[in-house]
Amino acid sequence: MKKTHIALLVLIAAAIVVLISYTGDLSSYETIASAKQKEGKFVNLIVKMDKSVPVQYDPVKDPNLLQFNVQDSLGNKISVVYHNTMPTDMEKSERLVLKGKVQGDYFECSAIVMKCPSKYKDNPNAMKDQPVTLSN
Amino acid sequence: MNTTKFLDEHLFPGQIGYFLTILSLVASLVATYSFAKAFFSKEISLQAQWEKLAKIAFIIESVAVVSCFVVLFYVIYNHLFEYKYAYMHSDKNLPYQYLLSCFWEGQEGSFLLWSFWHCVLGLILIATKKKWGASVNGVMMVLSFVQFCLATMIVGLFIFDMKLGSNPFILLREEMSWPILSRPDYLQLIKDGTGLNTLLQNYWMVIHPPVLFLGFASTTIPFGFAVAGLLKKKHDWMDNSLPWATFSAGILGLGIMMGAAWAYESLTFGGYWAWDPVENASLVPWLTLVSAIHACIIYRKTGSSLKLVYLFFGISFLLVLYSTFLTRSGILGDTSVHAFTDLGMNAQLLSFLLIFVIPYFVLFFARFKHMAEPQKEEAIDSREFWMLIGSLILFLSAVVIISITSIPVFNKIFGTKIAPPEDAAFAHNQVQVFVAIIIGLLTATGQYLKYKGTTKAFLVQKLKMPLLVTIIITAVVYIFVGVAFKEKGIGFEGAIYVAMFAAIYTIVANIFFWMTMQKAKLKSAGSSIGHIGFGMVLLGILISSSNKTVLSWNTTGISPLRVESGKSPIGNPRENITLFEGIDTDMGKFMVTYVRDTFDNLDKRFFELKFKEKKTQAEFFLYPDVLKNNKGMEGFSANPSSKHYWNKDIFVYVTSFQDNSKEDTTSFKPHQMALGDSIFYSNGYIKLEKVLVNPNVNRPAGTNELILQLAVTSKEGLKYTASPGIVLEGMNIQSNVDTVKAQNIVLSFNKVIDQEKGTLEIGVKESSALTNLITLKAYEFPFINLLWLGVIIMTFGFGVATWSRVSKLKEK
Repeated sequence: MKKTHIALLVLIAAAIVVLISYTGDLSSYETIASAKQKEGKFVNLIVKMDKSVPVQYDPVKDPNLLQFNVQDSLGNKISVVYHNTMPTDMEKSERLVLKGKVQGDYFECSAIVMKCPSKYKDNPNAMKDQPVTLSN
Repeated sequence: MNTTKFLDEHLFPGQIGYFLTILSLVASLVATYSFAKAFFSKEISLQAQWEKLAKIAFIIESVAVVSCFVVLFYVIYNHLFEYKYAYMHSDKNLPYQYLLSCFWEGQEGSFLLWSFWHCVLGLILIATKKKWGASVNGVMMVLSFVQFCLATMIVGLFIFDMKLGSNPFILLREEMSWPILSRPDYLQLIKDGTGLNTLLQNYWMVIHPPVLFLGFASTTIPFGFAVAGLLKKKHDWMDNSLPWATFSAGILGLGIMMGAAWAYESLTFGGYWAWDPVENASLVPWLTLVSAIHACIIYRKTGSSLKLVYLFFGISFLLVLYSTFLTRSGILGDTSVHAFTDLGMNAQLLSFLLIFVIPYFVLFFARFKHMAEPQKEEAIDSREFWMLIGSLILFLSAVVIISITSIPVFNKIFGTKIAPPEDAAFAHNQVQVFVAIIIGLLTATGQYLKYKGTTKAFLVQKLKMPLLVTIIITAVVYIFVGVAFKEKGIGFEGAIYVAMFAAIYTIVANIFFWMTMQKAKLKSAGSSIGHIGFGMVLLGILISSSNKTVLSWNTTGISPLRVESGKSPIGNPRENITLFEGIDTDMGKFMVTYVRDTFDNLDKRFFELKFKEKKTQAEFFLYPDVLKNNKGMEGFSANPSSKHYWNKDIFVYVTSFQDNSKEDTTSFKPHQMALGDSIFYSNGYIKLEKVLVNPNVNRPAGTNELILQLAVTSKEGLKYTASPGIVLEGMNIQSNVDTVKAQNIVLSFNKVIDQEKGTLEIGVKESSALTNLITLKAYEFPFINLLWLGVIIMTFGFGVATWSRVSKLKEK
């Protein structure tokens, strides 16, 4: 066996080890109910805003405290605490992906990914719903 | 059949456009076939005939693609909103310089751009045919076939109920089912387009896509050489392919980093690289292309690694197609902030990928036994051995990155619900920092190794000086810059230190190599300059990322007055700081004042921020801005602003803002106080310190003044003073209120309750509608210019390498 072949095998083995160890860090998408059972574990929630409870954000008091409520497709609800400013358009977005952990009775969120009707992209479906504003 | 006669439509450009898209489709197919015939025919005369036909077809195709571009530009430029593309991607207010950006906002336009570059490259290949050897017709065959595939993407035909491509010249009324579009005068009602996404209204977005797509398009040519080589079992194309490969790597690298510069200047994640899937997808072909170039050089010098040459050149192009699939199919959905929308062309995009992947690998494995390796094995002290290790590591690093990026694809295929790790960027960084270390050490030492073998004495003698200089510079960097990044533990911090050493070693060793071994000749400097630039990029990334500091640490909530509640733990500073208009705010090294806002003619709102360095009293202004979102979104998109120093950037952006346009509905609450008493308000307390009687000697005759001196102390420990008062003129009482804007309170002196006891009544009004405020994030990036300078030098190095390799080619 040539040295290059040995080196090749060693490197490929290293790459496989890296990928396997990476899978240990992976998280998962959860529902609110299943996230509650994994309290303290980092998860991703796919939810939408629960508009029946007002969003609390007052930059005068604390610009790094946002509290709001969400519900998932199964209808479960949870309140969310996010230590950052309120993302623009959050209330308008159709879907939120929240990254964070359940802590007791609330969700401690570390990042919010918004799925807006159109963010950085044109969405033909959103456009189809829109002509009301155009016709007169 | 719809017989409505629509008014004011300009249908002619669209008809030309449709014709041109179909013409380019047909012409590219003819070109593919004719180039294939010319490539495979053994008879010289027949070959020449086919070649002539193929050239004509390719030129026609190029004219069609360029005309298509012009017509689409005409449609956008003239705001012909009957066309969906103009309606969806532009509006009348769009500044002139961004009209080109409208092209690449949509998928169709960016396919057209890609196609355009293929035409340019193809025409260059045809015009300089003699330089490129016998396989040039094979390369053109592959190029024309890629062009055919791209043409299907924009042709927009329905074949047996299956939509083939999406045509950029489709009319709004053909695509949308809005009721108004059936009215003959609908164009009267559509006043304006939905505009270009505000994030794309940046000069980098004018230039980054063309450069990136030139990079993508140019990977096709080395791929074409590889396909031609496999088909004919001839491996003599390396010299012809190398200049294309170095050109491609240079442009692709530049394009990627222009995207990073755009992200830095216009996206607000506070950085230039986030390991976003879209970024990864463009980086990975670059890594494999660099592997391919090195494997190719090894093969030319030693005759080994031929299989890797074919594998790497093939993979580089196939990864470009794969990244096209990832970013355009919408499959990245939840994991990426930027990707194109799903146009319902996923099947077609997947076919585009597979039609190259499957035949290429079939051919590759079919030719496996023809790719003989020399019997003699590489010596462990030879240059080729370590170059091979280096290119394998780059390749495997690309494999790791693309595997991680492909998690959404994995989820789609297997129905799993795997999500990225908690700290997705760190998951990449902790692996890639070691890749950087090894590659850094190899690019430095490798230059001093000779092919076939190197003597130890030679290596020691030549490496002495570079190593010494490296150690000195590294020591200086460790002492004066260091690594401020401690969050991920000592292991990662140590790795960053080692990587810094490796990066400095790369720069120094390559400078020495060029000065001493290559006698400072420019023509042979390509690889040295490229490696110096690469080392600077590494060093710039390492220093700026590991020393990025948050300037806007907000310690609100750490004061003793703050009550701890479960949901807002005490003692954890956060990155956003609130600035009130006109009030100096303490921000670490600086005092920052939000001076005012200004609007430009496009309704962009600029916040004028005055920074005053406490130590030096030096002042500067920054103007981060927000632009009202378009396309049916509310809210604003923020653009950062930065102050550039030679050794650092101060980088700020507005995270939210609040106008005082709200109606003030709160009322004064009365409080009874005596001298020295304190009362509480929601964010602190107010103390009555003094009562002044007629302090103003110049008051009008017959009036009496009573002025209170109040000390306001907030929970954060900030102190303010306020002096509300009353003026008595006969029986008239006039109250003069005073405000503490930073605390959003208004104070009034209502009346004297009991003169004997000295009790007074003051009014306190708390309102959030008092003043404009913004919340801000501010970072400091040290030595980020090293990164940008490194990119320029690396691109220049690739340019020199391309130029010297082209000039060495003999015309046949």
